[in-house]
Amino acid sequence: MDKHDGSEAGQIRLDDPWQDAPAVGWAGTDATADRPVPVPGPGGSPERSAASVYREVQQSAAFQEVRGRYRRFVVPAVIGFLLWYVAYVVAATTVPELMARPVIGVVNIAMFAGLGQFLTTFLLTWAYARHARLRRDRAALELRWDTQELTRGITK
Amino acid sequence: MTDDHQNLALVLFSVFILATLGITTWAGRNRQGSAEEFYAGGRLFSPMENGFAIAGDYMSAASFLGISGLIALYGYDGLLYSVGFLVAWLVVLLLVAELVRNCGRFTLADVVAARMRERPVRIAAGASSVTVSVLYLVAQMVGAGSLVALLLGGTGGLAQAWTVIGVGALMVIYVSLGGMRATTWIQIVKAVLLMCGAVALTVLVLVRFHGDFDHLLRTAAERSGHGGDFLAPGLRYGGDWTARFDFISLGLALVLGTAGLPHILSRFYTVPTARAARRSVVWSIGLIGGFYLMTIVLGFGAAAIVGSREVRDSNAAGNTAVPLLAGDLGGGLDSTGGTVLFAVVAAIAFATILAVVAGITLASSASVAHDLYVSLRREGAKQRSEVAVARVAAAGIGAVAIGLALLVRDLNVAFLVGLAFAVAASANLPVLLYSLFWRRFNTRGAVWSVYGGLLPALLLVALSPVVSGSGSSMFPGLDFQLFPLENPGLVSIPLGFLAGWLGTVTSPEQADEDKHAETEVRSLTGAGAV
Repeated sequence: MDKHDGSEAGQIRLDDPWQDAPAVGWAGTDATADRPVPVPGPGGSPERSAASVYREVQQSAAFQEVRGRYRRFVVPAVIGFLLWYVAYVVAATTVPELMARPVIGVVNIAMFAGLGQFLTTFLLTWAYARHARLRRDRAALELRWDTQELTRGITK
Repeated sequence: MTDDHQNLALVLFSVFILATLGITTWAGRNRQGSAEEFYAGGRLFSPMENGFAIAGDYMSAASFLGISGLIALYGYDGLLYSVGFLVAWLVVLLLVAELVRNCGRFTLADVVAARMRERPVRIAAGASSVTVSVLYLVAQMVGAGSLVALLLGGTGGLAQAWTVIGVGALMVIYVSLGGMRATTWIQIVKAVLLMCGAVALTVLVLVRFHGDFDHLLRTAAERSGHGGDFLAPGLRYGGDWTARFDFISLGLALVLGTAGLPHILSRFYTVPTARAARRSVVWSIGLIGGFYLMTIVLGFGAAAIVGSREVRDSNAAGNTAVPLLAGDLGGGLDSTGGTVLFAVVAAIAFATILAVVAGITLASSASVAHDLYVSLRREGAKQRSEVAVARVAAAGIGAVAIGLALLVRDLNVAFLVGLAFAVAASANLPVLLYSLFWRRFNTRGAVWSVYGGLLPALLLVALSPVVSGSGSSMFPGLDFQLFPLENPGLVSIPLGFLAGWLGTVTSPEQADEDKHAETEVRSLTGAGAV
């Protein structure tokens, strides 16, 4: 299964309208794209354990970069949408008079806030998928092959 | 309710049942009974297929009938449900889907147990997964019973009881014969049917009002009997502070519970990679978001066209608002068009329940066989294949759910679903997030976090006004109510997180740095993922 990963992604993209065409050049990933972890000869040296491989990959600059990119996007995004949602729920239960104020016709602030939640959910989904595709996927895939190369033939 | 409705609806029900049984046989042909095949359908579904299946798993009858019904009765306050159910998917997308796909094999316990002493963690996570699944299952089956009894005009308890037993038996057949592959295809078929039905009705509602949403809202407000209040929050959850806190508690449970639902987590294992898991979630957010937007139109449409009073007369909880709306849109229940639309919508609702029930049964049988059976069997006992155990477990869980559903069949469906979400958010989410993101998290932390969320959630429900102390409780005659809120989430979710932290810092055991490195590398890169 593993080795088919890249081609699988390519096939599926064809009939997937949520997925844009892949970006050319992978702007931003070039620094880490080529060879994130030094790979020794095939099979690795015999005395290495799987645990030491994972520790080494975890310490590598390439992995730290992938993790950093993931966290720098996800942490603020999660805090942001949770606060926005909690604010919406609390406002609906504590200040219903304010929420009932009409804006356009009979459509009031509460209605706009509810539809706003839908809108922000769709936007954040799009932004996250785009960020992951452009900024993480390539580097993560490189790391995956290298790690599997290093752990090959090692029994835990 | 005329005979025509019942006959047509029955024919459509039978067609769906036959079609799904056909799918089960087709999907189950020439398949070896491997665990990979039974729990994960061979892991080769495409993101689009899995996205539809996730949407099919998630959009239960509680959404289709329940939310539109709540909007038809209470206006704006019903809309708060749709928002919570949708925003919850951001937690799944950003924090859970990809990482879980990379780290686990079949269940939630796989992800957690990888870093810990396996046995106690597996038992804890398995037990809480089964509890959540059974609660959710009971909710769906109670819904099926009352819905079918209502739609078919069977008013007595007998029709309801037989529906529950029939639905339970069918789901056991789907799951134990077809495994994940058949279940997934049933979800996909159901999701397509449900979306088509919702789109058709939404278009009809909008055409009726010439595309003027403002006009729709004004008419809904007029016919609801509440005027302008109908379009503002507070009609259902306003009033005293207990009701308000109850609502905040429910909102919290909805948004945090989805990421802890075992049948949703197990769907990520049916695709080959984490990228595919991410794209499945993107697909399902598109489908689910579109669907909930349509339920808003349908709910206000039912208030405007059918009228809130008529909806309430048919079913006090509003569950029949959408079928009634369909009848009116087709030209009234006396006309052919009305009869056909009514029966089609009823059949779609039935298909929805059947599919959701099958998905949950499969996930919980996986927890029983893969987590509990493997951890609890005696050394040297005869080795049975895990899949054989899972098939038996599906039948066992089916029997338990049928029994419980018959016992609590008068409980409100939306409440039961809210409770399942609250337990999932308290018991499953903390342990999942801690093991993915906290370096120091250890075995005691994991075990405490699961039980520290699960037990308070269940205890608080037992002491809540739902069980005793008010006219509408399960035991109206008794009064041991100590906790004022109906939904325990506001208290039990923080307790789950707190217990996990407390267990970790008080444990003498040092977290295994190597295992943490492995989990972190695997979760973010997919190295070594199956």
